[in-house]
Formats: sequence, structure tokens, C-alpha cells
Amino acid sequence: MPEVTPGDSGDGVQIDLISGARMEGLTSMEKIRLILDGVRDGNIVVLEEGLSPDEESKLIEVTMTEISPDEFNGIEIETYPQSGSANQGFLGRLMGKESTKKLTVIGPANQIETLHKDENLISALVSRK
Amino acid sequence: MGLFTELRDSISRVVDRMFSDAEPKRIGIYGPPNAGKTTLANRIARDWTGDAVGPESHIPHETRRARRKENVEIERNGKTVSIDIVDTPGVTTKVDYKEFLEHDMEKDDAVRRSREATEGVAEAMHWLREDVDGVIYVLDSTEDPFTQVNTMLIGIIESQDLPVLIFANKTDLDDSNVQRISNAFPQHETVPLSALEGNNMDEVYGKIAEYFG
Repeated sequence: MPEVTPGDSGDGVQIDLISGARMEGLTSMEKIRLILDGVRDGNIVVLEEGLSPDEESKLIEVTMTEISPDEFNGIEIETYPQSGSANQGFLGRLMGKESTKKLTVIGPANQIETLHKDENLISALVSRK
Repeated sequence: MGLFTELRDSISRVVDRMFSDAEPKRIGIYGPPNAGKTTLANRIARDWTGDAVGPESHIPHETRRARRKENVEIERNGKTVSIDIVDTPGVTTKVDYKEFLEHDMEKDDAVRRSREATEGVAEAMHWLREDVDGVIYVLDSTEDPFTQVNTMLIGIIESQDLPVLIFANKTDLDDSNVQRISNAFPQHETVPLSALEGNNMDEVYGKIAEYFG
């Protein structure tokens, strides 16, 4: 069986499952670059531990600067709602209790469509380019 | 971000708020496109200053620049609350110019509008991180509130320790469902209203004075 290399995936959709350990040592911008480079290549990126709210904010901002007509329409991103986040204010962070661990799926906006989403279940349809 | 940097930022925010009572609070009106943010901003501005903030439209991304209306003085229970209203572009993670073609727009105009819309969303995110003291989050109560943009933005607002009120707009429409919004964000107060018809504005102003005064 021939080896499949990036960009040579035929009719399939490449899925990158990125572990928390892989993201741990990266800066915010390195994480965002890793995600957007994958998504702009048409890949679905799955993050084991997600991004912090601040990183999500920057991801939206950087995505907007990269949108280009007929080339890149932006991203679809799915995570579960952060339960109990209202209780993690200043004191929670001071005590080091802030947690961003939430499975996150990110893909090109024209290839991934959310079918259903609630607190415990995300159902999405992924199509080829 | 390191613990000490976060600690310093949090203390700095608290101190800023303690000593900035004399200054009007900047209240950002956030939410997804077409939730009625500009209609609300105009309603508030017209009620208390006589002027509008910006043009309203059913076409998404009509507001493509953050607009500030300064020194809006709201009187409630014998005291006056002074705020600056910041009407922001609707936040999204995707913009496709082809959606504007459906609104009888030429391709050049649609591409220009989409480019301005992306700049506007980036600007809105920047304001949220740096320049607002509180947030009014506006949702269309006829739409499902369980969207990723809503989940992320509420999370971002909470992480900034900003006071937030959720406004369930468009209650004048038949399929409005305010309870669905209250259930989606039970940690925050949800206020029903119709910015277009001016319904329930007394409670709206009472809550603004209570939360941001």
C-alpha cells in the first residue's frame, strides 16, 4: 500500500489529532499558526485540550485577517460549553484552577457543518473540498 | 500567560475600576450578526441623547466599524448613570462574500463588504480584550443560542472579569423563545426586549443602571 503524504490524500479528508502535550510548550501565536496552517490546507484539526479564552479571541482575530475571497472563508470551530466557567474568576485563576481542557474541533468553514450541539454532544458533517 | 502576569493584570483591572468611577463606563454591545445590536444602540442613544449611533439593516454585517456614543446619561431611581455605548460589528468565525450576492449586491460590492466585515470583527475582538468595561450581549431570541460564537464570546467575556448582561432581543416576533436563552447561559441574567418596538425598555434601563452604574 503506497504511503499517503500531506497534500496527497486523494478524495479523503485529513484529520490532525493534536495532543495536549504537543501544544503545551507553544506560545499563543504558535498554537494559532499551527491550527490555521492545517485548516488552510483543508485539514480538520482536533485539539485534545483546546485553547484558552484569550487564545480563542486571538484565533478569531487572526482568522479574520486571513479571509480572502474565493480562497479562504474562515473557520468552523466546535467545543463544548465551559461548564462552571462563571465560578472561575480572579480567585480561581489565582489558585491556579483555571482549566481550558475541552476537546475542540476546527476546520475550514466550507468543509465542516454543525448538525447538532448541546452541553454534551457535538455532531458535525465533514465534506471534501 | 504566567500566574504573576495574570495576577498583575487582574489587580490592575480592579484598581482601574475603583478609581475610574468619575469616568463613564464603556459598555460594548456584542453578539452575532443580525441580533439587533445597532437597533438597540440606536434605541438607547435616541431615548437619552436624541441622536442615533448608526444605520440599521437586515443585511448581515451592516456595522463594520465599532462606533462609540459618548456620555449617554441614563436616569434611574433618582440617580444618573453615565455610560459610553460602543456598538460593535457582529462576531463570526467566517465571512463569505457570496452571502451578500443574495442581497442583490454586485460582486465588487460584496467583496468589499466582506473585507470590511472581517476587519470589523477583528476590531471588535480587540475592543473586547482592551477597551470595554462591561458588555451587553445581544441575542436574537428566535434563533438557537447554542452556537460556538456565543459559547466562545461568553467565555472570553467571563475570562476578562467583565460584568455582562444578556439581552434576548426580538421578543415581538412569534417564534421568540427567551427561556431557551436563559437555559443556555444560566450563570447570567437574561433580559427580554424588543429594541425595534421599544418593548420592556424600562427593565432594560433599570438593569443597565444596576450592572454598570
